Amino acid sequence: MSTLEIDRVRKAYGHLEVLKEVSISIGTGDFLVLLGPSGCGKSTLLNMIAGLETITGGQIRIAGKTVNDLSPKDRDIAMVFQSYALYPTMTVRQNIEFGMKIRRIAQADRDRAVKTASDLLQITHLLDRKPSQLSGGQRQRVAMGRAIVREPKLFLFDEPLSNLDAKLRVDMRTEIKRLHARLGTTIVYVTHDQIEAMTLATRVAVMKDGVVQQLDEPQAVYDRPANVYVARFVGSPAMNIVPAVLGAEGATATAVIDIARRPAARIGGISLSAEALRRYAGRKVLVGIRPENFSIATASAAPALTVDFDVVEPTGPDTLAVFQLGGVEVTARLPPRQAHAGREAALAVDTSKIVLFDSETETRID
Amino acid sequence: MAEALSQSGKARLGRLFVYGCLVVVALLYLMPLWVMVVTSLKPLDEIYGGSFIGVPKVVTLDAWRAAWSEACIGTECTGLKPYFVNSLLMVIPAVALSTGIGAINGYILTKWRFPGANFVFGLLLFGCFLPYQAILIPMARTLGLLGLAGSIPGLVAVHASYGICFTTLFFRNYFVSLPDELTKAAMVDGAGFFRIFWSVILPTSIPIIVVSCIWQFTQIWNDFLFGVSFTSGSSSPITVALNNIVNVTTGRKQYNVDMAAAMIAAIPTLVVYIVAGRYFVRGLTAGAVKG
Ligand SMILES: Nc1ncnc2c1ncn2[C@@H]1O[C@H](COP(=O)(O)OP(=O)(O)OP(=O)(O)O)[C@@H](O)[C@H]1O
Ligand SMILES: [Mg+2]
Repeated sequence: MSTLEIDRVRKAYGHLEVLKEVSISIGTGDFLVLLGPSGCGKSTLLNMIAGLETITGGQIRIAGKTVNDLSPKDRDIAMVFQSYALYPTMTVRQNIEFGMKIRRIAQADRDRAVKTASDLLQITHLLDRKPSQLSGGQRQRVAMGRAIVREPKLFLFDEPLSNLDAKLRVDMRTEIKRLHARLGTTIVYVTHDQIEAMTLATRVAVMKDGVVQQLDEPQAVYDRPANVYVARFVGSPAMNIVPAVLGAEGATATAVIDIARRPAARIGGISLSAEALRRYAGRKVLVGIRPENFSIATASAAPALTVDFDVVEPTGPDTLAVFQLGGVEVTARLPPRQAHAGREAALAVDTSKIVLFDSETETRID
Repeated sequence: MAEALSQSGKARLGRLFVYGCLVVVALLYLMPLWVMVVTSLKPLDEIYGGSFIGVPKVVTLDAWRAAWSEACIGTECTGLKPYFVNSLLMVIPAVALSTGIGAINGYILTKWRFPGANFVFGLLLFGCFLPYQAILIPMARTLGLLGLAGSIPGLVAVHASYGICFTTLFFRNYFVSLPDELTKAAMVDGAGFFRIFWSVILPTSIPIIVVSCIWQFTQIWNDFLFGVSFTSGSSSPITVALNNIVNVTTGRKQYNVDMAAAMIAAIPTLVVYIVAGRYFVRGLTAGAVKG
């Protein structure tokens, strides 16, 4: 049993409110990723879970027990820091052992724990080195080793991969995922990298300015973003957000989008609740279309719009085509060699993937 | 090719000039030391015979022996020896106390920040700029109240407290560059205030400990004003005794003994510098470049 409940937690530094009523609840074995831009309060929240920052308001419960007033060592957590924070004068072995020594664990047990962890992380041959003699990836492993021997209820990771180069970051990401599968411990993981969030998480909390925008499974966050902010933050290239006017056709909605020098595009067959349809018919909305939901129109996929490509960027597996739609720049992800700059093209849209947002509140319309 | 040659020739000439200047300045700087050394090794008659800078004709250690154990200071003819011991008894605890307290202060001011920490640090910094003279009378009164007036422990207390401003400054500036995550990691590992200080912070601080010790050692060992103000007679530090040797002699001025005495008084700071000097430079610049 190692659940985590963050219940209406607030944090203020003087008059500066950094976190405003954050509520998140996850179950045993979950991998929660706190995702958000720099300065949105992710580290602050993580430090509050760890007991390294005081809690201004609300409650944090680990395994059902309120930990607000417990010191870090009594919360049964282990933490991996962005800078790894290895003790510079100790060897790798001493680094991993330090916490166990403080808890007065017998030498034999300590040795066993160090061996298990270092085998798991493949750092056995590094045990007698100092942190300054390790590479970034090796330091990262040692920091994880130090956390693992604690056998905590909860692992806390603060941007553990942000100091690594791109290749190593992908490798370590896989490794962390494997570790989670193996140990099954609940993890809270902070990052501003949406790919890390998508690949690792079982639950993602997207944050902005100290407010949780959406808490859901990664695929749900991707497919059904709660608002325009989340839609733009998750996914690369970002979701296209296009102004349109909504029309009702029977039980489905049609988005009418202006295209410069061409007749307006009508994207029909968007499913929407009857109530929303009544409310928004004839009003302005924002239409969210992922780049991969465009395709070149064929006999089976009827064209929804005809556009002129401005720029075409081949990436290898596919080609990104940029064009104007509804007065904004829009990107489509198309198969290679199918798009040509300066040409016109007829595109089809997968309407089942379209998401609509209120044009004022920017929240999703269902 | 010819151009390249003349180019390198010009560079060599420039370097020659630089080295020449350095050598001249160094010789100029070493001149007094040379005079001290040769004078201390000459018999008094040779000095009064007019040889001041030249190599001694007769080398004798008599002056050194006299300075160490025979010269008269006031009414007692014990040489510098007991005062040298006094200085050691003063400097060792004073350096240890001021460095230790400075380290803890710096640790608290950077890793256990409290409301008003900056204000406290500002006050401590202010202490660095207090002139010695300004604290003489209040300090004398305080020592009197504590019953430490005129004693070596009293002098230790004065030096230790006066030095805390400097040592705190050293340690604070060094610890500021240590990442806070280090203390946080240790806290998560379950370490408390002193455990973190002792096992995590101090072992990384060798360079700044050396800096603090050298600085405090030279300041305290060379201090004259506090020594002459707060001690008397047989509890004086070596600087006060040296002054008495040089000033109180009647009859012919014993230049050779004076020089030997001055060098005896200077040797400990020189030794400290030579043994630990390379840490000094490293430690002073350690805060600037992140390690
Ligand atoms: N001790 C403090 N005093 C005042 N404001 C603070 C303090 N610590 C953090 N903040 C503010 O709180 C906000 C959130 O900081 P936090 O470190 O949690 O951001 P973050 O989401 O982790 O960003 P990053 O991705 O850059 O690490 C920031 O605006 C920061 O300026
Ligand atoms: Mg952060």
